[in-house]
Amino acid sequence: MQKYSNTTATLALAKASFRSIMRSPSAVVFTLAFPLIFILVFGFLGGGGTRLDVGVKPGSDINNPVLTMLSKTGMIRLVMDKSQKDLDKLLEKGNVDAVIDVHKKMNSVAYSVNVVYTSASRDKGGILKSVLNNVFYDKTLKPTVAEIKESTITGREYKTIDFILPGQLGFSLLSTGVFGTAFVFLSLRQTLVIKRFFATPVKRSSIVIGEGIARIGFALIGALFIILIGHFFFGFTLVHGALTVVNMLILATMGIIVFMGFGFIISGVAKSESMVPPISNIVTLPQFLLSGTFFSIEAFPNWLQPISRALPLTYLNDAMRRVAFEGSDLWDVKFQIMILLIWGIVIYAIAVKVFKWE
Amino acid sequence: METKKAIISVKDLVKKYDDFVAVQGLSFEVYEHEIFGLLGPNGAGKTTTLEIIETLRAKTSGEIIVDGFSVDKNPQEIKQIIGVQLQAAGYYPNLNLVELIELFAGLYGANIKPMEMLEKVNLQDKAKAKYKALSGGQKQRFSIATTLINQPKIIFLDEPTTGLDPQARRNLWDLITEIRNSGTTVVITTHYMDEAEQLCDRVAFVERGQIIAVDTPDNLIDQLVASGFERKKEVKKANLEDVFINLTGKEWRE
Ligand SMILES: Nc1ncnc2c1ncn2[C@@H]1O[C@H](COP(=O)(O)OP(=O)(O)O)[C@@H](O)[C@H]1O
Ligand SMILES: [Mg+2]
Repeated sequence: MQKYSNTTATLALAKASFRSIMRSPSAVVFTLAFPLIFILVFGFLGGGGTRLDVGVKPGSDINNPVLTMLSKTGMIRLVMDKSQKDLDKLLEKGNVDAVIDVHKKMNSVAYSVNVVYTSASRDKGGILKSVLNNVFYDKTLKPTVAEIKESTITGREYKTIDFILPGQLGFSLLSTGVFGTAFVFLSLRQTLVIKRFFATPVKRSSIVIGEGIARIGFALIGALFIILIGHFFFGFTLVHGALTVVNMLILATMGIIVFMGFGFIISGVAKSESMVPPISNIVTLPQFLLSGTFFSIEAFPNWLQPISRALPLTYLNDAMRRVAFEGSDLWDVKFQIMILLIWGIVIYAIAVKVFKWE
Repeated sequence: METKKAIISVKDLVKKYDDFVAVQGLSFEVYEHEIFGLLGPNGAGKTTTLEIIETLRAKTSGEIIVDGFSVDKNPQEIKQIIGVQLQAAGYYPNLNLVELIELFAGLYGANIKPMEMLEKVNLQDKAKAKYKALSGGQKQRFSIATTLINQPKIIFLDEPTTGLDPQARRNLWDLITEIRNSGTTVVITTHYMDEAEQLCDRVAFVERGQIIAVDTPDNLIDQLVASGFERKKEVKKANLEDVFINLTGKEWRE
């Protein structure tokens, strides 16, 4: 008799599980349809409101009528206390729409205004330009403002899709990981499929790993699909092209593994299939809302931010955005990866305790 | 008969669920190449006994040897040489029969052709069907096919005919007999006495976790008759089931 192979058994399970997932409507809807619908909606909705972030160059005069006027418009937020290096970066990405520098002209009481726009944010730059023009021709200011110098740097345009897609991707991974894993293990246990498996020589680890391979494979195919649709149809930025995609998929793998841990726990805690959705929602909804899926977490009130910063999806989203848009490599997002790793350790430590085989 | 070799031996098996003693000191042997029946009413402890032998449940005490392997020390070896049909098992969702057989082939590490397995139980026409879409008899035949994948020395069938119509039952008896004739030992549970009488080489009566008799159906009947027992009603040469089978035909209805 040939020797028993755990690998063969694991792969057989992975194949079976993968086939089953592909035929399960809910898996396909959660992993692909939902994220794509959101991407579609936001992709077509386009840019957000008209708030302008204008960086103030370090060393610039602060108490001058020009800046006062700009903040009075209520439309412009002045970003102070950033170093020149930070400002350059923010400008290049369009995270600030312009950088302004105001100082007294030599031997004069009048001010000289120096504005640098960015091609990453042309529309908003245009708005600022007309605001400044108004300032320049304003009768009360006229005598104090001598000149406005303008220039534009070339930056990368940060589109809505660049923000929305990583968030949707993260959420897709979260829901497949949590719901999918919880449902599968609970139903395999309840319908005694696992018991029948135990009557074969298969190891428990093979069952978990086989299921894991299938789910990760499915999630990655979904992720690739979302990234490619985003890139080719909505202009999602992939700074280093294929390399960026690979890095995103590696991050996606880490994310799905952590999220599957939640699924294992839920499958052990839930007494019936009808208990899976409510418990899963307790895990997924807060992350859906608070992890920067739709809005940057900086937009949240201060008291909410610590909660946001505790959630694993926040770090996955953050890492994804850095990799995709800023072209960071995985080493640059090691902090985010480390937080995911810590979550992973905690979650699996609990999962080992509460997971039930029968 | 005396020289038969025991392939399963159960000694003083006890199983407690908390305070409740479900199996109270069972001892019996199953011989090679026979169909051995565990008979008893619901709750007698048949499934419990079977699943302990199959290494799926822990026993409280006792000793069980399956083909020379102890359930305590060599569960893995036992799993490789037995085939198991659970009383109420389900199968992996969303897969068709061929895919399910492929899955089990992988789990057993067996090199088989799925279609050949399905042919053995006459389900080749249902190769692309889902398990859920099968009739009761087909489900049981499929379950039996999954027990044969690793060419086991022993298969365990837990109430395979419960809930089936007379044709499907007869059809299953033929299948089980064929499997025995090809050299596999069969352990089966049932609460139908006519089935045991026709199918089993030897039977054990289980009642409240204890064995109250073990022998061939013939011997058990002879002993009863010898003790002076007589049926109240005069026995006719046929019964109602014979009439039903005679009228409706023996072929499968699926
Ligand atoms: N997991 C369990 N926990 C507690 N009691 C059980 C369990 N399984 C079976 N029993 C009890 O043990 C007795 C024997 O059950 P079982 O072996 O299933 O009988 P049978 O298969 O002969 O119908 C029954 O009274 C049943 O209620
Ligand atoms: Mg039973």
